[in-house]
Amino acid sequence: MTTVTTLYAARRARRSTAGSRSLKPWYRNGSLVAGIVIVGLLVLAALLAPVLSPYDPIKQDLVNALAPPSSTHLLGTDKFGRDVLSRLLWGARVDLRVGFIAVLIPFVIGTVVGGVAGYFGGWLDTVLMRIVDVFFAFPFYVMVIVLVFVLGSGEASIYIAIAAVSWVSYAKIVRGEVLVAKEQDYVVAARLGGLSHARILLRHIGPNVLSQAIIYGMSDIVMDIMAIVTLGYLGLGIAPPTAEWGSIISDGQEFITTQWQQATIPGLAVVVTSLGLSWLGDGLSDLLSPERRK
Amino acid sequence: MLHRLSFVPGRLLQSVPVAFGVTLLVFFLAHLLPGNAALALLGQRATPESVAALTEQLGLNKPLWEQYLLFLKQLGQGNLGTSLTYQSPVTGLVLGAIPVTLTLLAYALVLSLAISIPLSALASFRPGGGRDLGVRAFTLLGQGMPQFWVGIMLILLLAVGLRTFPVGGYGETAGEHLYFLFLPSLTLAIAMSPTIIRSLRSSMITVLESDYVGTAKSKGASGVSLLTGHVLRNAAIPTVSVIGVNLGYLVGGSLVIERVFALPGLGSLMINSIFTRDFPTVQGVTLFVALFVVVVGILTDVIYTILDPRVDLGRASSA
Repeated sequence: MTTVTTLYAARRARRSTAGSRSLKPWYRNGSLVAGIVIVGLLVLAALLAPVLSPYDPIKQDLVNALAPPSSTHLLGTDKFGRDVLSRLLWGARVDLRVGFIAVLIPFVIGTVVGGVAGYFGGWLDTVLMRIVDVFFAFPFYVMVIVLVFVLGSGEASIYIAIAAVSWVSYAKIVRGEVLVAKEQDYVVAARLGGLSHARILLRHIGPNVLSQAIIYGMSDIVMDIMAIVTLGYLGLGIAPPTAEWGSIISDGQEFITTQWQQATIPGLAVVVTSLGLSWLGDGLSDLLSPERRK
Repeated sequence: MLHRLSFVPGRLLQSVPVAFGVTLLVFFLAHLLPGNAALALLGQRATPESVAALTEQLGLNKPLWEQYLLFLKQLGQGNLGTSLTYQSPVTGLVLGAIPVTLTLLAYALVLSLAISIPLSALASFRPGGGRDLGVRAFTLLGQGMPQFWVGIMLILLLAVGLRTFPVGGYGETAGEHLYFLFLPSLTLAIAMSPTIIRSLRSSMITVLESDYVGTAKSKGASGVSLLTGHVLRNAAIPTVSVIGVNLGYLVGGSLVIERVFALPGLGSLMINSIFTRDFPTVQGVTLFVALFVVVVGILTDVIYTILDPRVDLGRASSA
């Protein structure tokens, strides 16, 4: 609990040193535009993978295994003779899709728990926040890896595992925001006006506290994609032979001395994705809560 | 000083329910294994007799709450069960792996600070300047790269390319440990430092604008002496709690990095056990790591109080 208060103190300190930033139209917001362009191109590449890919990503061609980059195979082939460029493009489909879907469930669970805890307070708040503390004790990767192990590898397990770990962050953020919002005049007025708790939470407080959760969600997608790629690398994620960035890196690591590009390029794809999403998140946070920006 | 640490017993007491929650969660994770846990543990080697024997041995035929109490009782005795693959006590396996992981974590923390403090100073002296932007680019990149991939890239550049460091392993002597652990620690430090830099940079900016720094400057302090004598200690305080909160992240990352560099620590133990479906070992490592994070949380509060005479957590929690 104390660490949370100090975090808030740190955030307030940051806020107070912040200069004011003028409101400008969204298209003049550099990071937002850069983010939209990068993420847009990545999504496009993923959607068009069937058209853009020169080869079938899982078709083996053992005669051509470990071919160096050439005009026929721009990024070479892996140990099964599969075209690395095609696997990279098809991998984008898997990693981006799973990343985007995975962020939704914890967002909803955490927002509801945090909203209820912050709004009603009392013993309910205490109990819910203790549960949050318990989940918080498990490092992200430890919990995700254990859950994927228990549930068996596969896409559904990844969603459940990520949801089980990530909801706590949303709960903490939304609870903090609700604690502030529920003291505001408009909420007091709504309560005096006799509106039901559910209505006040959903219609009055909700829209005002969601922006912070959405901003956090943008960085959370990056975390989720990292987790999916890491699970793939460890051999616990999306099952082979499906193309996925993490497993391409893992395949490439074996041949790092002769085929350095195989492990390098998919990692760069992750870097570009996370840069795009970070900028998009920065831009969104400028747009959604300009007064909080540094 | 001592009376300000009077919050410690209360803080410990507060952690008791969390610690119990951790054991409960780990226990129920074990029972999430689909079907009969004994069957799942035995896998293909299962015969009806061996399943029945293991069910009896694990106490799986008893009611769930009784199983949990048994689990707690054994835990109290330091008994984490017997590894299915190594056929030896899990506690011994975990204890054997701890030094590697703890050394890696401490080393990574030292390197993170060695990266973060100069970079934060560089960035905070002229916010918005060229150096600040450069540091910002580093933090963006550092957070955008998958940790294990950074490890592979460091292997590619420094171990395979320049041949200055080993590609993996742990070494025999203490000196060798430091040498062998350099690349994995650097990998973790690159992942950890962006978070530290962001916190340290913003609190350094606040401190640099404060009156007492103005006074120090007017008395002729500048550069490194200003930084170490006046700025750093005050700016470090919020950063301590940021590090505390993120240490769990570092622990999780170290488990993956151990795999990349083939280090015989907790991470390799856990992931190897996952592939052999050795559940008692996975459970033991998970439990240890989570309880470790709870303890680190308490330590963070203590360090925080010692660093900042203005903080009085005892009063804050009783108010």
